[in-house]
Amino acid sequence: MRAVLFRLAGALPTLCGVVLVTFLLTRVLPGDTATYFAGPTASAESIAQIKASLGLDLPLYEQFWRYIIALVHGDLGMSLTTGQPVRMELLNRLPASAELTLCALFLAIGIAVPLGVLAAVRQGSWIDHLCRIVATAGVSLPVFFTGLLLIYVFYFLLGWLPAPLGRLDAFAMAPHAVTGFYLIDTLLGGDVETFRAAAAQIVLPAGTLALFALAPIARITRASMLAVLGSEFIRTARASGLSSGTVVLTYALRNALLPVVTVLGMVFSFLLGANVLVEKVFAWPGIGSYAVEALIASDYAPVQGFVLTMAVLYVLLNLGIDLLNRAIDPRARRGA
Amino acid sequence: MTDVLRVEDLSVAFHTRGGVVRALDRVGFAVEAGQTMALVGESGSGKSVTAYAIMGLLEAAGRITGGRAFLGDTDLVATPAAAMARIRGKRIAMIFQNPRAALNPIRGVGKQIADVLLRHGGATRSNAWDRAIDALRAVGIPDPSRRAKAYPFELSGGMCQRVMIAIAVAARPELLIADEPTTGLDVTTQAVVMDLIGEMARDTGMATILITHDLALAAERAGRIAVMHAGHMVEEADTASLLAGPRHPYTARLIAATPTAAGSLESLQSVPGGLPDLRSASIPHCRYAARCERSVPGCDAVLAMRPVADRHAVACWNPL
Amino acid sequence: MSTFGHIRYVLGENPVTLGAAILFAAYLSMAVFGPAISPYDPLASDTMRALQAPGWHHWFGTDQLGRDILSRVIVAARVDIGIALASVALVFAAGGLAGLAAGFFGGWVDAVVGRIADTIMAFPLFILAMGIVAALGNTIPNIVLATAIINFPLYARVARAETLTRREAGFVDAARLSGHRDGALLLTQVLPNIMPIMVVQMSLTMGYAILNAAGLSFIGLGVRPPTAEWGIMVAEGASLIVSGEWWIALFPGATLMLAVFCFNLLGDGLRDIVDPRRRT
Repeated sequence: MRAVLFRLAGALPTLCGVVLVTFLLTRVLPGDTATYFAGPTASAESIAQIKASLGLDLPLYEQFWRYIIALVHGDLGMSLTTGQPVRMELLNRLPASAELTLCALFLAIGIAVPLGVLAAVRQGSWIDHLCRIVATAGVSLPVFFTGLLLIYVFYFLLGWLPAPLGRLDAFAMAPHAVTGFYLIDTLLGGDVETFRAAAAQIVLPAGTLALFALAPIARITRASMLAVLGSEFIRTARASGLSSGTVVLTYALRNALLPVVTVLGMVFSFLLGANVLVEKVFAWPGIGSYAVEALIASDYAPVQGFVLTMAVLYVLLNLGIDLLNRAIDPRARRGA
Repeated sequence: MTDVLRVEDLSVAFHTRGGVVRALDRVGFAVEAGQTMALVGESGSGKSVTAYAIMGLLEAAGRITGGRAFLGDTDLVATPAAAMARIRGKRIAMIFQNPRAALNPIRGVGKQIADVLLRHGGATRSNAWDRAIDALRAVGIPDPSRRAKAYPFELSGGMCQRVMIAIAVAARPELLIADEPTTGLDVTTQAVVMDLIGEMARDTGMATILITHDLALAAERAGRIAVMHAGHMVEEADTASLLAGPRHPYTARLIAATPTAAGSLESLQSVPGGLPDLRSASIPHCRYAARCERSVPGCDAVLAMRPVADRHAVACWNPL
Repeated sequence: MSTFGHIRYVLGENPVTLGAAILFAAYLSMAVFGPAISPYDPLASDTMRALQAPGWHHWFGTDQLGRDILSRVIVAARVDIGIALASVALVFAAGGLAGLAAGFFGGWVDAVVGRIADTIMAFPLFILAMGIVAALGNTIPNIVLATAIINFPLYARVARAETLTRREAGFVDAARLSGHRDGALLLTQVLPNIMPIMVVQMSLTMGYAILNAAGLSFIGLGVRPPTAEWGIMVAEGASLIVSGEWWIALFPGATLMLAVFCFNLLGDGLRDIVDPRRRT
């Protein structure tokens, strides 16, 4: 527990930097928000009035101070296009993004780790070559393009999966929100039919993201597994006659996972970014597509809120990775 | 005396980018029950490769190209990998140099012992932990129930080597191979660790192969010594007769280069020349001939170990 | 072994790198000679010929405005590769120098550079790039700048680590004792030594830079229609793919993918030449 608090405190300067950068980014938006909001026929006075009401006429430090105060109260401002509080809209849309990203992450880990392990155990075999191809090709994939390819194959050509239009097709009812994750909420409600519908919708976007994320995971798993398998303590485990299952899984894999966990930070950075593109391709109603719409409309509050939310999430995720690392590695636990 | 291990004509080759390295060539020796036998030679002489070949732990590039290694009635060379895994740790165990690196860094030492007890020692899930603590106590680790929860990085090198020994003897093997077990330990710990190995061997009646480059250590701890050079066995004899009357010129050089009290072959610059290139197609029959001051025209003939006295064999055409 | 001999050895051992180098040359010539070798005017629309599938006259087909996709793909190479090269060159200079200074001087210089890098790294990088382009304006120079900024920490860290290694190697101290000034030292002694590894870094990040630029264009930031650019072209084909007109998105997308793949392979190959220890 103390360790958690300690790490949280360590993340504070980073969070301050994040807030400052987010603020600066959106206050230098060249698209004049007030002019946009007032409309093309607005007079100079009405623009000035809107500026004043938004606080845009104040000096920058004053604006920053107000921004901080608002943040502390959990206020991220209003969206000019929808007229809704940004915080509410982000919170409503966050589960969709989180469900997609987490599905993709588990899918990627579920494929990449066994692939990397097998590639290392059977070095030089076809599975090793497959792993190396996946690792190099995977990072070369533009997700927005692979997403479209998958839609073409699985929706248009094969007809196996529904049209890429969000989390559920038009005829299905969204489940009663408990977690906000359709895959979980439908099961909680015992609605297998809707669960199937939601699962069919999420397969392609999650698969697209996973395809992209599994490359770095497979690469690092293979490399670290190879290093561990060649280490002296694995020789000891073999010399003690432990079964190959114990040697590979209990002894080698747990050690090999340490670098894999570390690389997850980078994978999350990729995933959260790619998430925006995939949401656009699949009309996924998450915070990424929300931000893209706002960006095009020069609506600064949602963009600011989005970038800030993502950055804070990312800081927290890195914190979680750090803690996971400590849970696996006793040296990290007792060292610090 | 019956032989616990009898190695006959064991040959090993490594396939590398530079060609096939014939690392072991028709190596043979025997270890008697309860005996400590030392395998000595410079680094690169094939001592460790011999041990790994017997254990079935050669790296992927290495292949046993011939010979047999009988553990009792079992030919280890002919035993398939899965069955070897059941023999390793149970009937034949091994400890290594650099004990800290040789233990799993993120698993408690008690669990590592329990793993072996569960696999070979007939322990059950409920008593494995207690038996692991007993095993730690048996190798003289103070406060074993607390230390069982420690990780290798929290223990000294000497403690780690005790843990290694506990793992190795957990299933009461017939034979223990100790590969440079004191390398990397400080001098006082070295003696303690060697004493412990001797003690465990005496208590359980297991035989020991001590692999070392340190002839003084071998002389002190082993009843019998086999000398290796460049993948060949060159001389094998009881310790006393080997030291008193070495017959192979290389053995004589080793003894001359070893200070009487304690010392190591690292000071062995006095043996002229280096090891021959084991990749070439035409390795001389006597791999020492090029370094040997006693070489005679007949030295290029096919060479094998032959007895020169009671329990004393040598591979040389012009022995001392 | 001589450098040249080593390069020949690596290429001989690794024909994939050789293939990537040839492909890279093809992309470069596409970027240089693009408008000259494209069969049609990339911007000329012809509604009579809209949405034609790939055929003899239009190898890659035509889009909804009847523009020739092959010509657009070829011409777009200059935009995409240009953006990537410019941003990589920019971050090479800025990140490289910052890392060099941080490693060489240490102290507060190191602290400031480290703080900046940490703050950038605290963001998911693509999202930061989105924010930067949105803030500074929807132009190509801003895409270049944003791509450079998100790569800054990587370059700064590599340059810093390499500089530290050289410093510890001691020959900087030797040069200082023989009377060289700090600035001169930095440029004459350290910089040339960290160059190879930085060049490898460049080729490794080229692919990422292109992906990043195309991604920004895809969501409507940066390059704007009707300019031919791979990301925009994929976006234009996106709505048509569900009705089966696959060629509009496929050809620009595949060209983009192949370019990134080629840069990544080339980067790996270069790393093998410069730093054989890190071969995987």
